[in-house]
Amino acid sequence: MGTETYSPTELMICIAARLMKEARTAFIGTGIPMLAASLAKKLYNPDLITIFEFGGIGASLEDLPRAVGEARTFYRAMVATGICDVMETAQRGLIEYGFLGGAQIDPYGNLNTTVIGPYDKPKVRLPGSGGANDVGSLCWRTIAIMKHEKKRFIEKVDFITTPGYLDGPGARERAGLPAGTGPYRVVTDLALLGYDDATKRMMLLATHPGVTVERVLENTGFELIVPKKVAQNEPPSSDELRVLRTEVDPERLYI
Amino acid sequence: MEIIASGQKGLLQPPDVEEFRRWLKENKSPALRDKVMDDHEAVKRFVKDGDYIGVELYGTVRCPMSVMREIVRQGKKKLRLAGQGLLEIDFLVAADLVEAMDITYVGYEVLGLSNILRRAAESGRVKLVEWSNGAMAWRFKAAAMGVPFIPVRSMLGTDTFKYSSAKVVKDPFTGIAVTLLPALILDVGIIHVHRADKYGNAQIDGISGFAFEMARASKRLIISTEELISTEEIQRYPERTIIPWFLVDAVVVAPFGSHPGEMCYCYERDQEHLLEFLKAAETEETTQQYLQKYVYGPKTHQEYLDLIGRDRLEALKGANKGR
Repeated sequence: MGTETYSPTELMICIAARLMKEARTAFIGTGIPMLAASLAKKLYNPDLITIFEFGGIGASLEDLPRAVGEARTFYRAMVATGICDVMETAQRGLIEYGFLGGAQIDPYGNLNTTVIGPYDKPKVRLPGSGGANDVGSLCWRTIAIMKHEKKRFIEKVDFITTPGYLDGPGARERAGLPAGTGPYRVVTDLALLGYDDATKRMMLLATHPGVTVERVLENTGFELIVPKKVAQNEPPSSDELRVLRTEVDPERLYI
Repeated sequence: MEIIASGQKGLLQPPDVEEFRRWLKENKSPALRDKVMDDHEAVKRFVKDGDYIGVELYGTVRCPMSVMREIVRQGKKKLRLAGQGLLEIDFLVAADLVEAMDITYVGYEVLGLSNILRRAAESGRVKLVEWSNGAMAWRFKAAAMGVPFIPVRSMLGTDTFKYSSAKVVKDPFTGIAVTLLPALILDVGIIHVHRADKYGNAQIDGISGFAFEMARASKRLIISTEELISTEEIQRYPERTIIPWFLVDAVVVAPFGSHPGEMCYCYERDQEHLLEFLKAAETEETTQQYLQKYVYGPKTHQEYLDLIGRDRLEALKGANKGR
């Protein structure tokens, strides 16, 4: 066990799936969150209720969705409804976790998926918010899953598409966002991160196998809070890798 | 009500609910008229230069692609769009028919970014106003309700709000800050469904996306359908009618109308074709070649299906897992 080789993406999916062990309801964004949810459902938490923005609630998730509106997001589901119903369910406080990807993140967990560079003269135009802003605004706890690179983990994102803690403690509530909501974890290919209660800034929780704290810091473009004790994540188990490769994504769309 | 903040972008379409009421009263009829027509006639009669258009659901999922290809063929100009989608939007942008877009998401999910949107946005060719997916659906909901705005708790505190035309106000009942989204009244809505009768009563299987709201937010409404069914069948299951006939202007019968996207319980997405399109979308020149071959080339939906090939379409049907 643990001697198998695995890719950084596979590791990220396994760590994210473990976070869904206790979850009852999870709003699933496009991309890696779909694989993590599928792995969690097959291995750890068959009762996990996945929610997709265009209306799929409680699907079997037998086959990996390639799009958030695809039939696979409501195959053998409990409910096939519409986007207003889903977003309003989140707005009433009924969805615990939201899983999102992102191109850039700042120390307060604000996410950018709109533009790289200045808004009026962008270097790269990204897709835009999609449902991400709603998920980050309305779910209780938001978990971001993204690659850990210095250019992505930056002090100030080029555009706040999706709200994290905005500019610090109390900012979400002052802006009018539902009380008690906000970023909870960040899963990267190097580490698992959380947020410091007092400052709402990002904090290292655990490094992945073979990754030093220094390497995490080298790849983070802002001052990261490093507690005295940093845990070590377990590598993907052979069970996790087998299910991921043979059942979750046998077509190798993502891994 | 105290206005706390205003998005800095102007409205692309005014939420004029009084004008909407007058328009509906004058133009919509409960008469049982046969509205079946082909893509060509539907687009010629109900889509005009300068219109604000909405399409449901999106590119790879239950999308009225035959109607979208026809709009490109007829070259309707200076369009404004509700920008949530994939190739149905990229076709119009690539053909230079789009002036401005209320954008929430234009991209290909696992397959990557839209190079067509990138070229248009990075050169400043298309004017953009930002929203979230929830916000766009709620804007249709407000229009469907016949009210000028709807209060929600999304978009607050972000640049998505700053580059929108929403407002944040202090709610007079609770004192909390809420986002007011302006109703989005469409000149034309275009929706693909599983089944409809000749009058326009429509049924959708699986998730309903924002079809319910968008149908009711539209002045003119084009329905394309996989299958034409009898009114008797509609009447046997009236609870399944998500869009009623009196909202509908045209019924276009388009089997495989969502191709290369999927139609739940009917056929799978054509992944190979999507990849072919995305490869073509990498450069302006190959994008135009794609449009020549698949959009301008076939003059009707049937010619398009012939070009894709019966065997391939049957294989997509065969690959579907059903219920």
